[in-house]
Amino acid sequence: MDGRGILKGLGITLGHIFDTYWEDIKAGRERYFTEEGVRSRMEPDTKGIFTVQYPEERVPVPEEFRFVPFLVYEEDEDGEREIRCTACGICAKVCPPQCIWIDRAEDPETGRPIQDPEHFTIDIDLCMNCGFCAEFCPFDAIKMDHEYELATYERCESNVYHLDKLLKPAAYYAEIRPENYHREEAEKKAAAEKKSRRRRRRRPKKD
Amino acid sequence: MSEELTAAKTQPVSVVERYPDWVRPEERDGYHGVIVEPEHLVAFAESIRDELGFDFLTSVTGVDYHPEDRMEVVYHAFQSTGGGILEFKVQLPRANPVVPSLVGIFPGAAFQEREAWDLLGIRFEGHPNHKRILMWEGFHGHPLRKDWKEPFFIQDQKPFDQRWPEGAFAYIEGANAFNKNVQYPDEFDPASWSDNGGDQVYKSTEELSAEVDQEGIKTERLVVNLGPQHPSTHGVFRMVVTLDGEEVLDLEPVMGYLHRNHEKIGERNTYLMNIPFTDRLDYICSMSNNFGYVLAVEKLLGKRYAPPERAQYIRVIMAELTRIVNHYMTVGFLLNDLGAYFTPTMYALKERELILDIFEAVSGSRMMCNYYRFGGVVRDLPEGVEEQIRRLAYERLPRQIDEMDRYLTENEIVRTRGEGVGVLTPEQAIAHSAVGPVLRASGVPYDIRRADPYSVYDRFDFDVAVRYHGDVYDRYLVRIDEIRQSIRIIQQAIDGLPDGDVMATKPAYKLRMPEGEAYGRVEGPKGELGFYLVSDGSDNPWRYHVRAPSFINLTALRQMCVGEKIADIVAVLGSIDIILGEVDR
Repeated sequence: MDGRGILKGLGITLGHIFDTYWEDIKAGRERYFTEEGVRSRMEPDTKGIFTVQYPEERVPVPEEFRFVPFLVYEEDEDGEREIRCTACGICAKVCPPQCIWIDRAEDPETGRPIQDPEHFTIDIDLCMNCGFCAEFCPFDAIKMDHEYELATYERCESNVYHLDKLLKPAAYYAEIRPENYHREEAEKKAAAEKKSRRRRRRRPKKD
Repeated sequence: MSEELTAAKTQPVSVVERYPDWVRPEERDGYHGVIVEPEHLVAFAESIRDELGFDFLTSVTGVDYHPEDRMEVVYHAFQSTGGGILEFKVQLPRANPVVPSLVGIFPGAAFQEREAWDLLGIRFEGHPNHKRILMWEGFHGHPLRKDWKEPFFIQDQKPFDQRWPEGAFAYIEGANAFNKNVQYPDEFDPASWSDNGGDQVYKSTEELSAEVDQEGIKTERLVVNLGPQHPSTHGVFRMVVTLDGEEVLDLEPVMGYLHRNHEKIGERNTYLMNIPFTDRLDYICSMSNNFGYVLAVEKLLGKRYAPPERAQYIRVIMAELTRIVNHYMTVGFLLNDLGAYFTPTMYALKERELILDIFEAVSGSRMMCNYYRFGGVVRDLPEGVEEQIRRLAYERLPRQIDEMDRYLTENEIVRTRGEGVGVLTPEQAIAHSAVGPVLRASGVPYDIRRADPYSVYDRFDFDVAVRYHGDVYDRYLVRIDEIRQSIRIIQQAIDGLPDGDVMATKPAYKLRMPEGEAYGRVEGPKGELGFYLVSDGSDNPWRYHVRAPSFINLTALRQMCVGEKIADIVAVLGSIDIILGEVDR
């Protein structure tokens, strides 16, 4: 024990300091505050400091990133909204912290339940961002968002999401999760084709 | 190993044959092990330890069979040379459950018996420190009993009926704890109540510690509270330390500040809902927690849920990446505790960051991964992730761990602060049910991945890291070794990663769960992480117990610290590597 170990260790920290400056000089201005710069600092061969200067810089979120659910609606040319949700309640049943409240709508004339949510409430302070609701929804109606800057000054008004705040267009969903969106659309198309083919096959028999 | 030993290992029936007067076989469907008569429990435990080699009692817990008016204490014992389980139970009347304590034979049962008393109200006769452990003294009732209801109680089992189809939202704050939602015992007056838990802690330390009067010099004992708010505890954890000068005479850990009764929550949840909750136990290694839990549930579910090959490999890769993350963090924070301030921690966090990027890409979250499912994993690796893991495992991590090794291992301060400090001998380590790196640093090469292989670990070529001095320095070295071995496993797994599905069945939120019990365990980064489940055939587990490695490793803390200097406690605690989310549950 003569201090050589400490000196060796200090040599390594010194190496890190040189690395930091050398990498910065080599990469020039590209290294900070650009998208490529942030990405290059996430590569396995990165060297030097790779702190991300949030909020000026942001780490790109991967497609599967999940934070707080939203409801998807389709919009046709006339601007008519069609909510995908059928108020089947599966998301409320799988939700581990039970943060989803669904009030199923009723037909005003007959009083029978219809496949639409009258109210849909998510208390995002209870939500644990597990993503089960999106995973098990049979209608692809509820999906996890990419929006993660949700700091507010109070809880009651801003952190309890009702239908108006939860609804987002399918185009937004396609934008944040392109791969998932296209896969689901392809599956839906295939299922619809299969159904129509079956119907066509049945028809001649009837005649 | 003698033939007798091997037979005992595989067949609990032979235990019945060996001790016909003491035990009887378990006859319920789906249940395992043997049932021991309470009056013979101590003799039985001593005999299996000394004669059959089951010297490693890893888990003690209780089950409340409320409808049958019965309590059960469940013990899981193993041989420290490796091999399968010996499960034994004691059945007690629910009204007055009293069972002899096994602390005299297995000191590692100390905290777990206290936990069973605290949460289930099972009394352990002869326990040297029979107190509550997670709740405070004076708490009314035993919360894990089936007839105990918490404030804000809504319904026994999730999903709650009031959420759908007429889900009228109400703020949870509306159910104010000071209104009608709180129950007090009849004789209890909240206005006049004061906390006497502290006095009890100090009284017991006085009883345990010796009088001090050295060589005519009058010295005074001093009781110091390290924590609950102390930077070395990495959370809210308290050590009541009795000092003579700087020397530690006695130490008592006080915990439960982060207690949320994870197990009661788990029993309200459905099986599926528990997966994200296990993420929050040891929040550094959520993937390993998922792994242990899904293994236990898959044991209950049977062969239909055996994950496909590709899922098995992905599971192993993720679990080993988690181990690297955890050990890097531990080494970094241990150095932080030794006074190196933040440089080593930052180097550790750097590698962790790159691994967390992988977790985020595959699971959607950096820390609360929620990635494993019954019968596989939730989704396949996205494009590019395989390449990223390969590059990390082959190019970056081996180089970085070598650098960490050069940077710290020969450092004189690390060596003087670590060598010979907080020594735990192999016998003590096994007796105290220490697991994971703590056990292996004491010279016991016990690693569940080898001793009782699960998943596909038997296919990989790796060494069990072991060191022989049992001190803080060796616990550091074991972790460095283990990172190297994990890298080896990841390299083999990523090279042999087969194609195919990642789920055995269609994803379903409702499971048809047979009745029975299962104990699933994995070698988590902190040691044996076990999940004990009892199913009554419904959607929710009847009993859900977590055998938390860092909680039980704390049993040996007193043993390691007595006789050391007060400053070394910090190093010893750092070398055990506790996460309060898991300790307090």
